[in-house]
Amino acid sequence: MSWACCSNICPSTSNFLAIGYDLKRFNGNKVSFPQAQRPKRRLSKSGRETDICAYYGLKTPPYELDALEPYMSQKTLEKHWGGHHHNYVEGLNKQLERNDVLYGLTMEELIKVTYNNGNPLPEFNNAAQVWNHDFFWESMQPGGGHQPVLGLLKQIEKDFGSFTNFREKFIEAALTLFGSGWVWLVLIKDEKRLAIRKTSNAINPIVWDEIPLMSLDMWEHSYYLDYRNDKSKYVNVFMNHLVSWDVAMVRIVRAQAFVNLGEPNIPVA
Amino acid sequence: MAFRTLVTKTSLRSSFEQIRGIQTTPFTLPDLAYDYGALEPAISGEIMKLHHQKHHQTYVTNYNKALEQLDAAVSRSDSTSIAKLHAALKFNGGGHINHSIFWKNLAPVAEGGGEPPKGSIGDAIDTQFGSVEALVQKMNAEGAALQGSGWVWLGLDKELKRLVVETTANQDPLVSGGSNLVPLLGIDVWEHAYYLQYKNVRPDYLKNIWKVINWKFASEVYEKEFPKT
Repeated sequence: MSWACCSNICPSTSNFLAIGYDLKRFNGNKVSFPQAQRPKRRLSKSGRETDICAYYGLKTPPYELDALEPYMSQKTLEKHWGGHHHNYVEGLNKQLERNDVLYGLTMEELIKVTYNNGNPLPEFNNAAQVWNHDFFWESMQPGGGHQPVLGLLKQIEKDFGSFTNFREKFIEAALTLFGSGWVWLVLIKDEKRLAIRKTSNAINPIVWDEIPLMSLDMWEHSYYLDYRNDKSKYVNVFMNHLVSWDVAMVRIVRAQAFVNLGEPNIPVA
Repeated sequence: MAFRTLVTKTSLRSSFEQIRGIQTTPFTLPDLAYDYGALEPAISGEIMKLHHQKHHQTYVTNYNKALEQLDAAVSRSDSTSIAKLHAALKFNGGGHINHSIFWKNLAPVAEGGGEPPKGSIGDAIDTQFGSVEALVQKMNAEGAALQGSGWVWLGLDKELKRLVVETTANQDPLVSGGSNLVPLLGIDVWEHAYYLQYKNVRPDYLKNIWKVINWKFASEVYEKEFPKT
């Protein structure tokens, strides 16, 4: 597997592991073919359909695996991305191989459908965790931390009072999560406000139609090699040195195509 | 001046307790019957030490804290606070219960760890699962498939009088699956139980832990429920 990386902050494009198919992934969006144009399965020599298919690939984080040192070690990235994230991708591909109904959905659709309103189908865990980890790597950057600026900072101040208050609430959420899970900063569409969410295991705010802006992985495998059981240190280090407010800014800007956060700007003729 | 130095934090607390009549019987961290390194190479000494001194201790500390808060809420007849404490009590109390059993489920090889079960429990296993190997396979499969954090148990259903293999999430004790369930053997599959040594390869941890499983304890619990006539 190549260790190609992107040095810019924005989510990287990556080639999608397609064996025998022309599916390419652009900016993380899967191109789905309508039923009629579904690519023909390649027939092997014996005339049977090939049973090798791949649906999702392991996307590389937008930085080298040692770029987050000393806050998140290369060893952790190797196990977390190369082990856990990789296994979720492989697991998902194996499951999709068996299930034609789910083929052709975008990742977000797949997550919502397999979440099944709280009675998740077996594919949910893998699908959601693939998405969660892609999102998580992109939520961090070397030289991260500090504070958001401009519109994002204003929105945080509006919804939490101050950045300090938001930070406290976020850290508290992370430290009071029981078991494995994630902590999120989300934008709630209808209410047009930001909120902090705690989710268990693989659940993410997409299932409630909220727009995630940033996340923190609180599964033990995310911090145990570097911090042992010292969750507080890990969470503080994340807030001080890892979280990418630049990416969160990009995400909230994109979200504003769907949510009007302020008064409409009517240009004067 | 002298009076002020007499009034320390602890004396204030105990006089406060006397006034309110609180019976605080805090739970404490039980000792292990073996050294931290005694279960190597199946489980490393580093993991055992962290697991016992940090994780289990934290559950005990937070359990006691939650119980104190519960006491206070009960005295105030504050139902909202009582309801809010349920999650913390279940999580931390469960953590204490589960880990206390876990330490007894393990033993160094020199003290019988890994030796196959004898007596009535051995017969029950053979009857219900075919063999100990088959039971181990089943428990390992369920343990490996568990998403997130939790435990895999060999339990005894007192009512149906049969052995069961169950999993519980997070720190839910086995009894949360049914009040008729008695835990005989529990394996912690939280990542902290194996990550430093086995990294993300949980199946390897599950394969190796059987080398230090203390069947004697499981057998004792089983025979207490079903004494030999």
